[in-house]
Amino acid sequence: MTSPTLTGAASPPAPGGAAPGARPPRRRGRALPYLLLLPGLLWLLVFFALPMVHQASTSVQTGSLEAGYEVTWHFATYADAVAEYWPQFLRSVLYAGTATVLCLLLGYPLAYLIAFRAGRWRNLVMILVIAPFFTSFLIRTLAWKTILADGGVVVDALNTLHVLDVTSRLGLTAGDRVLATPLAVVCGLTYNFLPFMVLPLYTSLERIDPRLHEAAADLHARPATVFRKVTLPLSMPGVVAGTLLTFIPAGGDYVNADLLGSTDTRMIGNVIQTQFLRVLDYPTAAALSFVLMAVILVAVSVHIRRSGTEELL
Amino acid sequence: MEQYEPDRLPPARRRAVLSRRSLLRASAGGVLAAGGAGALGACGIPPAGNPRGAAAADDHSAKERTVSFSNWTEYMDVDESEKRHPTLEAFTARTGVEVRYSEDINDNGEFFAKIKPQLAAGQDTGRDLICVTDWLAARMIRLGWAQKLDPSHLPTAYANLSAQFRSPDWDPGRAYSYPWTGISTVIAYNKKALDGVEVRSVSDLLDHPKLKGRVGLLTEMRDTMGMTLLDMGKDPGDFTDDDYDAALARLQKAVDKGQIRRFTGNDYTADLTSGDFAACVAWAGDVVQLKADSPEIDFVVPDSGYLTSTDNLLVPAGARHKTNAERLIDHFYQPAMAARLAAYINYVCPVDGVKDELARIDADAAANPLILPDRAMAEKSREFRSLTDEEETAYEAKFAKLTGA
Repeated sequence: MTSPTLTGAASPPAPGGAAPGARPPRRRGRALPYLLLLPGLLWLLVFFALPMVHQASTSVQTGSLEAGYEVTWHFATYADAVAEYWPQFLRSVLYAGTATVLCLLLGYPLAYLIAFRAGRWRNLVMILVIAPFFTSFLIRTLAWKTILADGGVVVDALNTLHVLDVTSRLGLTAGDRVLATPLAVVCGLTYNFLPFMVLPLYTSLERIDPRLHEAAADLHARPATVFRKVTLPLSMPGVVAGTLLTFIPAGGDYVNADLLGSTDTRMIGNVIQTQFLRVLDYPTAAALSFVLMAVILVAVSVHIRRSGTEELL
Repeated sequence: MEQYEPDRLPPARRRAVLSRRSLLRASAGGVLAAGGAGALGACGIPPAGNPRGAAAADDHSAKERTVSFSNWTEYMDVDESEKRHPTLEAFTARTGVEVRYSEDINDNGEFFAKIKPQLAAGQDTGRDLICVTDWLAARMIRLGWAQKLDPSHLPTAYANLSAQFRSPDWDPGRAYSYPWTGISTVIAYNKKALDGVEVRSVSDLLDHPKLKGRVGLLTEMRDTMGMTLLDMGKDPGDFTDDDYDAALARLQKAVDKGQIRRFTGNDYTADLTSGDFAACVAWAGDVVQLKADSPEIDFVVPDSGYLTSTDNLLVPAGARHKTNAERLIDHFYQPAMAARLAAYINYVCPVDGVKDELARIDADAAANPLILPDRAMAEKSREFRSLTDEEETAYEAKFAKLTGA
C-alpha cells in the first residue's frame, strides 16, 4: 500500500508447490509448530469451543431460575423458537442481504477508485474510509438519528421531492418520517458495515497487475470488456470476502434495528437479546442463536459454491 | 433492549469481571467440555440457593477496611472536578473505610446476567453493595442471593426512611434492602413537537390521531404496563392476569395502528429533546434534568395516578464486607448526605427530614414535588405488585411480543 509504483507489482504466485529452497524440518523442531499453535488453540477452546458447548447444552435444557435448569434433551425448543420467530429470521436475512448488496454497489466503485485512480491520495482516502471506526459503533449509529431526525434537512428534502410518498407506498417508510422505519435500519446497516466491504475489495483490486489492463487494451478490449473479463473475475475473492464480512455481522446485528427501527423492524438479534436478558428464557435464546448460526452457515456456503471461489478464500 | 444506553455510556473505568481464577477455572472446564457431547449433560444450572434464606457470608469488615459499591452511571454526586464524590469521601473520613466505587451498572437485565454465574455457583461477586431496581432486588431476595441486613448497623436508615418506602410487598420491613432513590414514572412531552395538542393521560398517547408515530413507550415492562393499567382504572399493585392481558391488548392496538414510534430504554431522552417523540412515558428524574436544559420539555402527572418504583441497595450473597456496606447505607440516610445526593441526581429522595438541608443547597429542588413529593403527589403514587417467577417470565414474554421481539 505504501509503494504506488505500478510496474513493480508482483506477479501472481505460482499455483501449488512448496516455496523453493525450503529445508526439510529437523527432528528437533518437530514439536515447534504445535507449540506455536498452542496459544491459538487454547484461545479457541476457551472463548469459542467452551461457550459453544455451553450454549448447545443450554438450548436443550428445561427448568426455571428458581428450580434450576437440567439437560432434558428438549429439542422441541428449536421447533417452537423457529415457529414463533421465523418472521424475524426472514427479516434479518432480508435486511442483511439488502445492506450487503447496497454495500457492494457503493463499495466496489469506491475501492476501484482507491486502487486504480487515487494516485498519491490513496492512503488519505483509505484513512477516510477507516476513520469512522475510530468512534464507537453506538455513536455512529446515533449520529444517524440526528441526520434523519423528523423535520431535519434530509427528511424535509425527501418530503419536498415526494420521495417518501413513494417509499411509504413500498412499505419502506411510514408517513413523512424516515427514522423508526425499515429504510432507516437498512441504511444504518449499510453505513456501519461499508468499510468491511471496501477493505477486502480494495486489497484484491490493488493486487491486480495494471499491465493486465494494458494487455487487454492492446488486444482491443473496450474498457467495459476489460472490466468484465479481467478486473471483475480477479477481484472475486474480494467480493466474496467483503460480502461475507458484511452479511454475517449484519445478520446478527441488533443495534441498528433497536435505535433506528420500530416494533415492526426487530431482527433476530433483538429477539435473542430480549429472550436472554428480559424474559430469561435461556433455552430459547440459545436455540435461536444456533438456528441463526445454521442459517448463516447455509447462506454462506451456498454463496461460496455459487461464486465458485472455494479455492480463492 | 436497553442493553446500551446512549445517555449512560459506560464509564472508562469499568471493572473487569474476569479474574485470573475464574479464567483458570473456565479453561479447566473447557478441557473437560471438549470431551464430547456427553459434556452437554453436565452443563445444567443448579437451583438457586434456598429461597428466602439469608445467604450469610464470612464478614471481613473489621480486618479489611474497605467496601466495594456498584452503582449506575451518574447516580452519585460529584464535585466541580467531576472526579471526586464528596459524600463518599465524607464516609471514608468519618469511618476510615475506603469505598471502591464503580459505575458498572447500565441495565438491570444485563447486570443480572453478569453476576448470575457467580451467585449461582455460590461465589463472591466481588461487590459488597449493589444498586438495582425493585423487581430485580425482589428476584435476588427470592433466589436467596441477598444477605439479610443487621438493623443494629442501620439506626439512621431505620429512623429516616420515608413511610412510603418502608414496607414493599417484596421485602416487608426492609429486611434485605434499602432504597437508594425513588423513581416516578410520568408522561413527558415536548411542547414544540406537540404543536398545540394537549396530553394529560396515557389514553391521549395511545389514541390522539395527531400524535401518530410520535409516541414513545418504555421497554421496562412494569413502567409501561403499570401506567396503562392505571389509565384503565386498575391498580398496578393489585391486578389479575385478565387485567394484564386487557392492558396489553390496548397497547397492541396502538402499536398496530402505528401510534407508537419506538419502545426505548434511557435513550428516550434524545428522541424527546429532538422532537421525534412528541410525548412519551418517562422517568421524572430525567425530566427534571431535561427541563433544566431545554424549556420546551415538560411533564404531566395523569389524574389516574403514576407509578413509583425504587432503586435499592442490596448486599449480594458471598460479599466479604457486609458490615461496611451496612454502614455505607446508613451514611446516606443522614439528611445532609441525602440532600447532597438528591440535589445532584434529581430523583425522589427516600429520606425524611431532608427538606431544609436541600433548600440550603438548591431551593428549586426542595420545592419540586418530583424530588420531594408533597401529600397530593404521594397520594397519586402506586407501586407495581411483586411477581412470582412464573408470572414474571410469562408477563415479560407477552410484553416482549408487543415490542416486536
